[in-house]
Amino acid sequence: MDGFAKYLVRRLFQFFLVIFLGVSLAFVITKLSPVDPVEQSVSLMTNFGATDPRAVELMREALQELYGLKGSMIEQYVGFWGRVVQGDFGPSLSSFPTPVMSLIMSALPWTVGLLTLALIITWTLGNLLGALAGYYRNNTLLKLSGAAIMALHPVPAYIIGLVLLLAFGFIWPVLPISGGAQMNLQPAFSFDYIRSLILHGTLPALTLVLVGIGSWFISMRSLVSNIVTDDHVVYAELGGVKSSKIFSQYVARNALLPQLTGLALSLGNVFGGAVITEFLFNYPGVGRLLIQGIYRGDYSLVLGVTTMSIVAVAVAVFIIDLIYPLIDPRVRHG
Amino acid sequence: MFKILRDLLRYNREFAIGFVLTLGVFLFALAHFWAPMPDSAIYLLPPDMPPSAQYWFGTTSRGQDVLWQMSSAIWNTMLFGITVTILSRLLAVAVGMISGYLGGKWDEALMTLNDTMIALPNIPILLLVYFVMRDSMSWPVLAATAALLGWNYDARLIRSVTLSLRNREFTRHAVFAGMSVPQILIRQHLPYVMPVIFFTAMNNLIWAIGLEVTLSVLGFSDINRPTIGGMIYWANQHQAIIAGIWWWIVFPIIAIVLLFLGLFLLAISVNEYIDPRSRLSRMGA
Repeated sequence: MDGFAKYLVRRLFQFFLVIFLGVSLAFVITKLSPVDPVEQSVSLMTNFGATDPRAVELMREALQELYGLKGSMIEQYVGFWGRVVQGDFGPSLSSFPTPVMSLIMSALPWTVGLLTLALIITWTLGNLLGALAGYYRNNTLLKLSGAAIMALHPVPAYIIGLVLLLAFGFIWPVLPISGGAQMNLQPAFSFDYIRSLILHGTLPALTLVLVGIGSWFISMRSLVSNIVTDDHVVYAELGGVKSSKIFSQYVARNALLPQLTGLALSLGNVFGGAVITEFLFNYPGVGRLLIQGIYRGDYSLVLGVTTMSIVAVAVAVFIIDLIYPLIDPRVRHG
Repeated sequence: MFKILRDLLRYNREFAIGFVLTLGVFLFALAHFWAPMPDSAIYLLPPDMPPSAQYWFGTTSRGQDVLWQMSSAIWNTMLFGITVTILSRLLAVAVGMISGYLGGKWDEALMTLNDTMIALPNIPILLLVYFVMRDSMSWPVLAATAALLGWNYDARLIRSVTLSLRNREFTRHAVFAGMSVPQILIRQHLPYVMPVIFFTAMNNLIWAIGLEVTLSVLGFSDINRPTIGGMIYWANQHQAIIAGIWWWIVFPIIAIVLLFLGLFLLAISVNEYIDPRSRLSRMGA
């Protein structure tokens, strides 16, 4: 078997393992609960006024069926896998009778769009600035921007988002702070709609960029400042290779490999930040759906979104793993 | 120990700033033991008072003193962070050292598990845990869950250190002297791993505090226990921004940003101190 096939098989194995363990974990967590989700939903619905006890009993039966809580633990576990594979988590209780899956599917494009855009900007900008700061270590401008980026790095997404929201929504109200697009516009390929999309996406995307850029900057700078002392770079300098070529071909290209691996590893965290950001800016993505589901006590929605986000992150990691050999020749030929 | 601290304070500006910031926030949090009123009491003071000589940071719409709330809140938030850090360090050290020293099948199995855990999104899993626990969710449970999710990056780092120690002369001596595997790991290798543990602990602390802020801002923790995120949660519940009660939100944000900045500066300067290569480049070599 050549290097690439071996690599592919290993990645594929890891991919299925992540999904297997993640989905099993979600199942186990729901079983650990001291609270019965059926009772919880029943009490939620009978909160306002008395209900006929027979109706409650029927409701209990229906909910047990709906949540897949009938039968032994093994049967429930197998049933849960069946639901995941078919992508059928039943109807959502908070927006009955819409199926959970169609709620997720209509929210997913928003999250994927926001995250992809923010990730590309964050990764490119962070690595570029980090590489420059590691290579030209005495440049004052790079030092200053580095200090600013690093000061933002440890602050959690919610705080950065909240400060942006206060700054651009209240103190200097120039950007929309809620929603994904203007309410009264029909989704269409028109100038107005696209402009509204961009305006509404600016603050959420900016939050994600400001949160994420620091770690790329820091790791890229330290990678580059280690590589510049390597023999092959010193040799190239002595040989009179142009400094721009040394930077791009000798230094940056080598340093980008671990950063691409890092991108795959960071996706889980980035998704978490997106959940919070979407909620803060009321952005119509999967994260907002999840948090609304929790507030409304919607068991099937919360379980569905959690499971699907585990699967989605695993798929995204796998896609990056597939890109990796294109950039690292050692994987192709090793 | 004190000599190192003194040298760092004198020659490393980042460390000095970070140290002063963290110490300042810590002392401020410590002050809550001398607070004039219990931190869980509500509607004890006139609500919505702006900052004044009597109430330095104003009062909340729930009739609490923002100053004393913040003091307790930072203490609770730091306590959470430190608990998570200690628990997850134990896991990371155990997995990392066993994986690095034993190698072979053990290494492969543990690292596969490790990489799998890394690829799982933390926040949705934590939210699911909160959702199913609901009212029985207490901060120790949340801390334990966070610790279970927060050890994997560092286990890999610790593994790579142990891996390099495995083939060193002194390890072989220890084996020939008849030391058992736990003895070798704890008595021989742990001192070398200690700096990495310390550095990762700083980063983990920052991560854990961020997690606590995030979850309690959404109201997904014990909301009656003051925390920094919890204060912002209550401020949002009372629409403090729209009502113009800015001090309820701005002061907690400033406090948390100062704490993060302080811890982060400590973390990077300690890392630099541990890694001699970057120390050399600072000296201009």
